[in-house]
Amino acid sequence: MFTRKSIGVALLVVLSAGFAQAAGPGLGQPIATSDIAAWDTSIMPDGSGLPAGRGTAAQGAQIFAGKCVACHGENGVGGSASALTAKGPITSINGGEKTIGNFWPYASTLFDFIRRAMPWQQPKSLTNDEVYALTAYLLALNKVIDDNTALDAATLAKIKMPNRDGFIIRFPDRI
Amino acid sequence: MKRTPAANRGDNLTPVAGNGLLDRRSFLRGGAAIAATMGYTLVNNAAAEPLADDPWSLTPGAVTKPYEQRSRYEEKVARTLTNPKGETRVQNARTPLHRLNGVITPAGQHFVVAQSGAPDIDPAKHRIVIHGLVKRPLVFTLDALARYPMVTRTHFLECGGNSAPLFSPTPMQANLQALHGLVSCAEWTGVLLSTLLEETGIDPKAKWLIAEGADAPTLTRSVPLKKGLDDAMIALYQNGERLMPANGYPARLLLPGWEGNMNIKWLRRIKLTDAPAMTFPETKTYTQLLPDGKALQFYFIEEVKSFITQPSPDLKMSGPGFYEISGLAFSGDGKIAKVMVSADGGKSWAQAALQEPVLDKSFTRFRLPWRWDGGPAILQSRAWDDKGNVQPTRAEFVAKRGELKAPLSLVAFPNQHFNAITSWGITADGEVKHVYA
Repeated sequence: MFTRKSIGVALLVVLSAGFAQAAGPGLGQPIATSDIAAWDTSIMPDGSGLPAGRGTAAQGAQIFAGKCVACHGENGVGGSASALTAKGPITSINGGEKTIGNFWPYASTLFDFIRRAMPWQQPKSLTNDEVYALTAYLLALNKVIDDNTALDAATLAKIKMPNRDGFIIRFPDRI
Repeated sequence: MKRTPAANRGDNLTPVAGNGLLDRRSFLRGGAAIAATMGYTLVNNAAAEPLADDPWSLTPGAVTKPYEQRSRYEEKVARTLTNPKGETRVQNARTPLHRLNGVITPAGQHFVVAQSGAPDIDPAKHRIVIHGLVKRPLVFTLDALARYPMVTRTHFLECGGNSAPLFSPTPMQANLQALHGLVSCAEWTGVLLSTLLEETGIDPKAKWLIAEGADAPTLTRSVPLKKGLDDAMIALYQNGERLMPANGYPARLLLPGWEGNMNIKWLRRIKLTDAPAMTFPETKTYTQLLPDGKALQFYFIEEVKSFITQPSPDLKMSGPGFYEISGLAFSGDGKIAKVMVSADGGKSWAQAALQEPVLDKSFTRFRLPWRWDGGPAILQSRAWDDKGNVQPTRAEFVAKRGELKAPLSLVAFPNQHFNAITSWGITADGEVKHVYA
């Protein structure tokens, strides 16, 4: 026979178990990390997330001529899309276009953005090797790396962009 | 509606600031009683025509439709487009704020900045995954989200590049829609992100979240987790209806008061991380050059701002007399606390009435009665929020952020996050022009 006290304890156990499950509707479906891989293409500024693969500026130049030049122009200037190189650093508010060499703070952004968004009409159609090659081509065009540097996960992560320290966080207290 | 010139109507109301600004309480409950006891001077207008039944009063009207359309007389009230043919560049649609009233922007008039058009998403197939530094990665369908507790909140949404023409060294001649049309306000309904993060659990190392859209460029932005847990919402409804496709159908991230581009449309993925991803939009597009060539980054908040919507360019004055000055104020950091209006270019100011309810990070409509004497006037509004933030004068703003050497195109974005005072110059013939004062 249960004592009043033991019934009380049993009820508490049941209630707390019930609360644990009732925190929310619980309608999300679990998913394995490997099953998120096709979407999880974010590259972090320290290079984490960079996939296997390799490419050179020479290979990138060929891909650029076939898939990018129509919008970005010869040597990345003069097209309908944003210019990809500039003559010098930005020194004022009238500094002209922000380009890879004179503005972008991280090389990882180049890989991430090309892979997810380019070419504009067929995004996500490039292989990882092609993305490394285009990244190498654009960084060489901007004199950030020399023409012979092959890019892969290790070499890309080590690149320091010229304007890396050109930014002021506007609202640090909100981070 | 044509405003009736009534040069004498306000004569018994005492101006409270230069150039004919009247007390904000003049026509409110109580104030009206005072006005009535003081008595209006009779208006000397020409007599109206005799009244007769119009054709629409003599025949049955149109059949009611399943989805109502506006009157054909209102069809010109529409957004202006920068890329109507959908060429391979950004598409902007600006809200006709000068021809709307109240605080809610109709869904079809809500501003849009679409980097690569609106995807045609099948809601039955759409998925939102939350993963990264969580205890349990989870995938949510829209059917699942529909069963979660929801909230309804009214918030403005503003593009970081709104008002960019005001970086010009001379006032660009354009209407309110062209100058400030990349801001709108809607009633949003959805599930708070914090509700879903309770179910995934949060790894204590998580400080940021990366939000990603399902559009062609799968646009991504990094958001401090603090904001995600504060008031971020996965919005499913806009003004009571499902989101418009160009506003993120079937689900968007809503970060009340924060830079429009961060409010990821067509939301498909949220990854918790210990650092920002430094994505393309947050390192290039939405960074703001300063006079010395350095740039601001993570300019999250759309700061306190206001502008007068009526009168404004394109809305010609119809003769001296009584007008109601009306406008919008908003702050991405709180509620609007006060709006002051000047009719003499900032020499004297009168406090405007705020339309209740004044809501957090929402449009607030302000109004002030004005008796225009028919002479030149410069109208300005200036807003304060409840966190102590003050809308800067243009001179104060330019001293910090700079201005361009020469005007650019009205649809260019030479810089962003302009929130200084806007001035409308009224000429003696009733034209309203954009001026700097």
